[in-house]
Amino acid sequence: MAAPAKRVEQLDRVVIRFAGDSGDGMQLTGDRFTSETAQLGNDISTLPNFPAEIRAPAGTLPGVSSFQVHFADYDILTPGDAPNVLVAMNPAALKANLADLPAGADIIVNTDEFTRRNLAKVGYAESPLEDGSLAEFAVHPVALTSLTLGALAESGVSKKDGERAKNMFALGLLSWMYSRPFESTLRFLERKFAKRPDLVAANKIAFQAGWNYGETTEAFSVRYEIKPAKMQPGTYRNITGNQALALGLVAAAVRSRLPLFLGAYPITPASDILHELSKHKRFGVTTMQAEDEIAAIGAALGAAYGGALGVTTTSGPGVALKGETISLAIALELPLVIVDVQRAGPSTGMPTKTEQADLNMALFGRHGEAPLAVIAPKSPSDCFHAALEAARIALTYRTPVILLSDNYVANGSEPWLLPSVDELPDLRVEFATAPNTEDGRFLPYLRDPETMARPWAVPGTPGLEHRIGGLEKADKTGDISYDPANHEFMVRTRQARIEAIPVPDVDVEDPDENAQVLVLGWGSTYGPIGAACRALRQRGLTIAQAHLRHLSPLPANLGEVLAGYEKVVVPEMNLGQLAAVIRARYLVDAVPFNQVSGLPFTAATLESMLEDVVKNG
Amino acid sequence: MAETIALKLTAKDFKSDQEVRWCPGCGDYAILAAVQQFMPELEIPRENIVFVSGIGCSSRFPYYMNTYGMHSIHGRAPAIATGLSASRPDLSVWVVTGDGDALSIGGNHLIHALRRNVNLKILLFNNRIYGLTKGQYSPTSEIGKITKSTPAGSADSPFNPLSLALGAEATFVARTIDSDRKHLQSVLRAAAEHEGSAFVEIYQNCNIFNDGAFDLVKDPATRDEHLIRLEQGQPITIGKYNVVHPEGSFGLKVQEGGTPIVHDATVSDPAYAFALTRLSGSDLNTTPIGVFRNVRRPSYDEIVRKQVLDAEAQATGTPEEMLDGLLNAGDTWTIL
Repeated sequence: MAAPAKRVEQLDRVVIRFAGDSGDGMQLTGDRFTSETAQLGNDISTLPNFPAEIRAPAGTLPGVSSFQVHFADYDILTPGDAPNVLVAMNPAALKANLADLPAGADIIVNTDEFTRRNLAKVGYAESPLEDGSLAEFAVHPVALTSLTLGALAESGVSKKDGERAKNMFALGLLSWMYSRPFESTLRFLERKFAKRPDLVAANKIAFQAGWNYGETTEAFSVRYEIKPAKMQPGTYRNITGNQALALGLVAAAVRSRLPLFLGAYPITPASDILHELSKHKRFGVTTMQAEDEIAAIGAALGAAYGGALGVTTTSGPGVALKGETISLAIALELPLVIVDVQRAGPSTGMPTKTEQADLNMALFGRHGEAPLAVIAPKSPSDCFHAALEAARIALTYRTPVILLSDNYVANGSEPWLLPSVDELPDLRVEFATAPNTEDGRFLPYLRDPETMARPWAVPGTPGLEHRIGGLEKADKTGDISYDPANHEFMVRTRQARIEAIPVPDVDVEDPDENAQVLVLGWGSTYGPIGAACRALRQRGLTIAQAHLRHLSPLPANLGEVLAGYEKVVVPEMNLGQLAAVIRARYLVDAVPFNQVSGLPFTAATLESMLEDVVKNG
Repeated sequence: MAETIALKLTAKDFKSDQEVRWCPGCGDYAILAAVQQFMPELEIPRENIVFVSGIGCSSRFPYYMNTYGMHSIHGRAPAIATGLSASRPDLSVWVVTGDGDALSIGGNHLIHALRRNVNLKILLFNNRIYGLTKGQYSPTSEIGKITKSTPAGSADSPFNPLSLALGAEATFVARTIDSDRKHLQSVLRAAAEHEGSAFVEIYQNCNIFNDGAFDLVKDPATRDEHLIRLEQGQPITIGKYNVVHPEGSFGLKVQEGGTPIVHDATVSDPAYAFALTRLSGSDLNTTPIGVFRNVRRPSYDEIVRKQVLDAEAQATGTPEEMLDGLLNAGDTWTIL
């Protein structure tokens, strides 16, 4: 029997959410679909969402793990507000995600998991597949597990391994539905199960069975195509923020010609940076999994003292523990990069959820007057450039730099236009090699008049033996000093030298050039704010957008920019931390707009808020 | 092998221009003088020597040494020194710490540095008191210690620092006394020769807040009855008493008669050195000094360096070419 002819529809964008139990392999399924989609040339943005528990009880709501991918034939800025398609591997996945679906959305459910017991686990008295409660959606019931096992009947793999391949069946089906190229997935399976040829074969069969199921059964009548997006020419790869950040640090080591030393303690959601850097020893990268957060930064600072590019990576709770050592680095005036992949706090909070609530801690969270530089990436791929920029500031100005990533950019992914290595900034530094006074002495706190940085005289340099420490130092000599005037001078100098770091002016996107309202963001909110502004402009409203990468020091033109608008709105995933800085510093009546749900802003939320401000002031 | 050039350094070369600011009569002066006098023996250029300390009276030490030095923050010197040592194998890195710094606020870093066997020489000045904060009891103070913070006597049992170090898998463990320069220098010599972590406890008198804490083993009138000098290959005795291993016992005992144990710090089983550390408690009644344990185990630095060097040896191309390859790895696509 010939396969029924399928209608092919063109779409400009789709949002798919894969949802299942933590053990169902949804992150991997989403990842593979993303990779296939990237190969096709669509623009992409992804959002994984998973519980902190590695394996919450099977089939329960807390155990649901999901992966959302937004792809389009134009450039997109967010992972999408609402899924057009939900793949629900069990009743819990359906229940947990249903509220996010717009009417008319497609729901593909694994009917094998809709047993009385599994329904009861999540409080369904009756199966939602049968009680009419899903009438407003297009439900596609598929017996994913039994179809997978059926396809694998002859393969010889165990029932358990067969069941585990059901995510590949789902991926095959979705790959067919959206006309994705699948060669990269087949190659991936060969790599992943290199030691188990039987599993390579089984997963390929499951994938193919899913594809064939879409093509041959009548359950799916339409197939979709999304044309490649018009993207800037060049070579791309899909990348998460954590990966990009790690590669940015490797690039900084290469471009500075310094060995990289990472001290880190495992913490969600920053551990992947440690994992990634641990693979790149051939670039002179040493990674140390320390006994605690304090030791991690201590070792990084010790390595920096010895002439390495010292880095420590962590999340908010770790930064809190590192505070005293950050202050020491400020007093020692040594380069150090501190990466904070922010998560929802306070305390343990929600380790796998996002937030921007560590800004105050980064700017102010230390004893004494302890200024340092702070920067924040705006998207997953931007983490690469932010890491290089953090290293540049640290090395050039001999200061600790806090890089504020967050869970949203760290685990989200997007296509990354690969930079030309030779065009990356040259970060080479000069160590002190000779005395720096006319009478042949070495003064460890004699500053470079341009950068206000003190000399980096590393142990092993003859003639420059000197002592440094956390006690207040006399200007120039670095000797211990309790002199009141000297302390006043040193405190003010440490502040002034951070404020004097030249950072690029903030750009304002105001295409109509007559906007009255400026929306000012920082860090990972760039995507949703940008999408909201774009949507408003498409509807004929005018709005200006500015986004801060440098939070300390702030760009020199920021005050002037803020003064140019009648109203300044500051959306943040905290309770108004940047807004408070803006108000205090520039006496501008900045209006905070805040969300602390652990989830990123949706573009729709911001669009409706900004529309109200634009129209009603 | 590179020709060794005699450096002809003297103790004076290791004195910095900083005014020493310990209390007159402090045991730290004796230790500083002993270390400065010993350093030239190492034949290591001054620029390759680094002293890292934490916080406390003893931790001012780096300021007085004309080497590289860092006076860091409370308890963290072993962590900072670990990063320095692991990334700079060419340096001789010394940690100077005290009983509060190393065993209280920095206990975690100390045990992990020892466990890793980082190539650090750790000198713990033990005066059994907090000096810089003016006289609170420390984690090595005897139970019942009356101080400003414990007017009714401290309620917690002290650490035996050497037992702790052995429990943390230390490969070199020794004890010496501030006032016995010859012995102190002999222990420093052995520590400097050791590859990996060398842990040296130095009994140090705080004449302001805990004066005479170690008199029993320092006073010529009493020390011969209480001090056990450990010497490699020599029977362990104290006056007319012997240190023996009673049959059926796990530990060692001081008794009249019996066959004295012959000291061997290289015994691989740490139970032996541990038993030696248990001969003395807060009362100092029978206190061994010298090298308790001295065994070889690859250092953290060596292993970490080898991993990096092996990976670098496999690499081909310029750093920029390698970086280009790294960025372009995985599933890429090109838009024309």
